[in-house]
Amino acid sequence: MEGTVNGSLNMIGYGLAAIGPGVGIGLIFAAYIQGVARQPEAQGRLQTIAFIGFALAEALAIIGIGLAFALG
Amino acid sequence: MSLVPNAVMTFASPAKGEGFTPPSPEDFNLPPVGPSSSFELFGQTWALGVTKPILQLLLAAGVVFVFFYASSRQRAMVPSKLQYVGEAGYGFVRNSLGRDVIGSEHFMRFVPYLFALFFFILLNNLFSTIPFIQFPTFSRSGMVYGLAALSWVIYNAVGIQKHGFGGYLKLQTMPPGVPKPMLIILIPLEFLSNILVRPFTLALRLFANMFAGHLLLILFALGGEYLLLEGDALVKPVGVLTWLLFIAISFLELLVQFLQAFIFVILSALYISSAVADEH
Repeated sequence: MEGTVNGSLNMIGYGLAAIGPGVGIGLIFAAYIQGVARQPEAQGRLQTIAFIGFALAEALAIIGIGLAFALG
Repeated sequence: MSLVPNAVMTFASPAKGEGFTPPSPEDFNLPPVGPSSSFELFGQTWALGVTKPILQLLLAAGVVFVFFYASSRQRAMVPSKLQYVGEAGYGFVRNSLGRDVIGSEHFMRFVPYLFALFFFILLNNLFSTIPFIQFPTFSRSGMVYGLAALSWVIYNAVGIQKHGFGGYLKLQTMPPGVPKPMLIILIPLEFLSNILVRPFTLALRLFANMFAGHLLLILFALGGEYLLLEGDALVKPVGVLTWLLFIAISFLELLVQFLQAFIFVILSALYISSAVADEH
């Protein structure tokens, strides 16, 4: 079987680059859920911290998608 | 003046025998509605006209204003259904996005902004699913840069207003309790992260989610159509399956649309709260 695949390798690179932030965001929210389960009254404070961490981790993925398009 | 009826409908289905053309970012460049002109600048052609996303922005602003004006116009002890829905929406933003994030001392100043921002973004995102509109306004990046710039100006302005220019820069770039030599590395990094990168990540997060979600929906709609019309007899059922998955993904997108509006506003609130935080 023969075939050609057209497209940009950038997108594969971006897929690989998104693994890191993906794992990171998973860890952040896992810790957040665990924290709320152990101490429900701390939800308000934990939510703020969790979203700061989420924003920082996702910034990497967002810079990645920006570069994947920009360096086409 | 006529709206483009349906984002998916604007793509001509390929003629029989042609290969499948996957959707691309060019599919988001909707033609201007009504009269338009174009000019050359920086070696690019710029169109000057009203496009569908612009009309959607105006529509969303109008609908949000009219809905909450109507729901708060006749305030009663025993609320009507409309008043109840309006107050529940307001209470949600005020408490979980305003008070819990900014703190109970000075959050009321920012509630009007956060409240308007949340419902404006939410409705614009929901346009992706609402029949006959079916185009997320914020899948055009220019629309989002405006919103992010507004949040950026607001959180920097309230920070400078409270701490003065030098004090604000010190608050944002010098974390307390760090050994002096480390500050040489930390100050540029914190400045980059807190002042320069924030508006871009804020904008691109919303844009990329709306863009990718809509692209996925177009792909499933067009792919299903192609399989049904062009596929062999055995492949046709896969086209039906693709359309079923299209419906499932639409529900996933509804969740994403809500979540992205929530995240945009909670991050705006977080940046405001970090700007008005007391010095440590």
